[in-house]
Amino acid sequence: MLAFTLRRAIQAIGVMLAVGIISFSMFRFAGDPVNQMVSIDTSYAERAAIRESLGLNDPIPVQFARYFVNAAQFKFGISYQFRQPVADLLKERMPATLELATCATILALVFGILMGVYSALRRDSVLAKMLQAVSLIGISLPTFLIGILLIYLFAVILNWLPSFGRGEVVKIGWWSTGLLTVSGLKALIMPSITLGLFQMTLIMRLVRAEMLEVLRTDYIRFARARGLTTRAIHFGHALRNTLVPVITVVGLQFGSVIAFAIITETVFQWPGMGLLFVQAVQNVDIPIMAAYLLMVSLIFVTINLVVDILYTVVDPRLRSTISRPA
Amino acid sequence: MLQPCNAKSGECLQMSVRHSLFAATMASIVALVVSPASGQTLRYANQGELKSLDPYTLKETTTIAHHAHIYEALVTRDKNLKMVPALAESWETPEPTRWRFHLRHGVKFHNGDPFTADDVLFSADRIRAKGSNFLSNVAADAKFVKVDDYTVDVVLPAPNPILMSQWDGWYIMDKKWCEENNSVAPTPASATTPSYASLHENGTGPFMIESHQPGVKTVFKVNPNWWGKPEHNLKEIVFTPIANDATRVAALLSGEVDVIEPVPIQDIQRVNASGVAKVMSGPELRTIFLGMDEVRNELLYSSVKGKNPFKDVRVREAFYKAIDIEAIKSRVMRGLSTPSALMIAPELYPLSKDFVRPKYDPDGAKKLLTEAGYPDGFELTMDCPNDRYVNDAAICQAVVGMLARIGVKINLLAQPKAQYFAKVLKPGGFQTSFFLLGWTPATMDSQNVLHDVMGCRDDEKDPTRGEANLGDYCNKDLDALTDKITFETDTAKRDQLIKQAYEIASKDYGYIPLHQQALAWGVSNKVKLTQRADNQVLLYWATKQE
Repeated sequence: MLAFTLRRAIQAIGVMLAVGIISFSMFRFAGDPVNQMVSIDTSYAERAAIRESLGLNDPIPVQFARYFVNAAQFKFGISYQFRQPVADLLKERMPATLELATCATILALVFGILMGVYSALRRDSVLAKMLQAVSLIGISLPTFLIGILLIYLFAVILNWLPSFGRGEVVKIGWWSTGLLTVSGLKALIMPSITLGLFQMTLIMRLVRAEMLEVLRTDYIRFARARGLTTRAIHFGHALRNTLVPVITVVGLQFGSVIAFAIITETVFQWPGMGLLFVQAVQNVDIPIMAAYLLMVSLIFVTINLVVDILYTVVDPRLRSTISRPA
Repeated sequence: MLQPCNAKSGECLQMSVRHSLFAATMASIVALVVSPASGQTLRYANQGELKSLDPYTLKETTTIAHHAHIYEALVTRDKNLKMVPALAESWETPEPTRWRFHLRHGVKFHNGDPFTADDVLFSADRIRAKGSNFLSNVAADAKFVKVDDYTVDVVLPAPNPILMSQWDGWYIMDKKWCEENNSVAPTPASATTPSYASLHENGTGPFMIESHQPGVKTVFKVNPNWWGKPEHNLKEIVFTPIANDATRVAALLSGEVDVIEPVPIQDIQRVNASGVAKVMSGPELRTIFLGMDEVRNELLYSSVKGKNPFKDVRVREAFYKAIDIEAIKSRVMRGLSTPSALMIAPELYPLSKDFVRPKYDPDGAKKLLTEAGYPDGFELTMDCPNDRYVNDAAICQAVVGMLARIGVKINLLAQPKAQYFAKVLKPGGFQTSFFLLGWTPATMDSQNVLHDVMGCRDDEKDPTRGEANLGDYCNKDLDALTDKITFETDTAKRDQLIKQAYEIASKDYGYIPLHQQALAWGVSNKVKLTQRADNQVLLYWATKQE
């Protein structure tokens, strides 16, 4: 078990290293950061001085080594644009993204499961068919379009919800939360729906399919034969067995919810890490780009590692195959 | 409240107490309602962020405009861009090479420190220190000398008619405050410690920063101790960047913000039809133009080998005449552009009326190309930004279509500004054959255009000349005139010299000026605002009803 965890951890480090190399080589095509820091009439000498001070004139291997040594110590330097340490900027923006991602995931789970169960149990009802159709839209419409549609309906026409930002936030230590104020909660609604819609429809379809499968199995029939109530059969037996794959998917998807928050955050001007990253790309703010990419890959790698380990804990059959050398 | 009292009941006392209480309450309610001190909150959203509060680190219009609310310069520009006194009350030139500035008395920084000549000297050093991006704002060879606490002399090696032309962007900082907070020099981008001055401010301006979260939200509150007389009725300004065009417009239409900049061209009609907001538009100072590689012996990106077609003036003239500027105005810019015959905006040059664009003439253009030896045209790559100027890539597409009519086949390479500028500017080696660019002279003066954009590149003698002349259009006669213009202090004579220089460039077809793009600010009907052609959104001229 320990050997397995260790092996996985080493693989994870390999993945991080690969991401680092790929992102570093990408920065060379992102453009010249100096152009974004000065106006167009800035003299060449001035530009050259800035390039020099940023260390952009050093040989590429030197730049690469410096980048890695610093990244390994979680030192990402100073943002070209903000003149602030990147770690501070990310720390400041992280609560916004995590709150949004968590809300979106909870929303997706609750409604996804409810709708999935309903459309499995009442397969032929009109509502179930409508849900199926709507879920197709949720899966196929791009996020930014959904976001803009929501903004026009609920912010411009109905004037119910704010079109941008996080509302009032409350500071608890370094964590800023929008969950404790009315405006913060209102501001959370549309971005959460936008970000969670894809997951929601995914979960709904997954639950429906699994549920239909489970309902056909023998033990459900036995349960019926024993005279258990329909409610106990559906929710106590069928749903519980459906949830195992759902939880796996949700766990793995949480990483991509954080990563895909980029688009939602841009549409709603949500002051999270994704927005920071998008603006860093436009402005060739390499320190922010590097830190963000490494952080996202760290999140992915960690979630995968945890899921892998959990599998072996949950399912003893996997454990026996792992302990045997492959 | 002296009323005759009925001593027996003691009623009068009670009455008078109650009465006076009531009166006091009424008075305070009335006071609350009419009190002018309350003021309005103005909410403003811009496409760009306020990245740093340090006024010397990022030279960009939006940032400079934000700083104008909290910091002040010796001089400032009024609503018509005319230079007017600010922290300097007056100035004179006792000798051509010595300027004397008399500073305003009784001005205090936001922390209470008095403003004196030491702060001017300190700021002059700081803006020219390593890490500053405003080096060109204050001439490097200008020596600042303190005469007394409220008088500063500037000593120059040679007369300089445009010494002050960029001083409106040179904000004065507090020497004591900078020294106490380890901010004597602007934070270089390579620093490893955060800069105090980029998160905090201490200016003399009409507003102070109440809270600042970089890239998220900034709250300005009014400075009650400001020396001037406010023209606004605001108590605070809440600034939020909203990068996404659709969201920004939605925020204006839903009434969540009062002012947005910019409004995308395609949304202007919708904003005007909304009934809650209007678009303020006017010509911007920036000139959009096309340029050609006129220096290489063979173009980098063309089907013509062994020679450079742009070295032939007939080809350049053909390109110029093939462009239907009115079509670009009506189709691409939806009427929001001012076609231009010059490389400078008419607001910045009084004699610009004397210049007219050559007529759109595709047949004549075709003939010129044939004469030049290209009866079947040729192939060419055009470089174009797609996120820098209003509808930049669309303009380039229109140009591609128009040149196709005279047989020139263009491959359009439209890229985000980050990649575009890295390729075409000097650090990228001017790698372009045909390009679109925009230019606003930072000095608000023709000399800047003639020197930086139209001057011959000359790395040996004067490396700054022609630095933005991406295609190296070069005419020594024009350069000679520019040299005279640089030192000529007689305005009328100077304007005539500038005219001669522009005439040379027009005859050479050195560049193809297109237009001045329009500014588009979205403003709520409750707000009155002054729009200045340099696109600085200055809310200290804003009033808001309600």
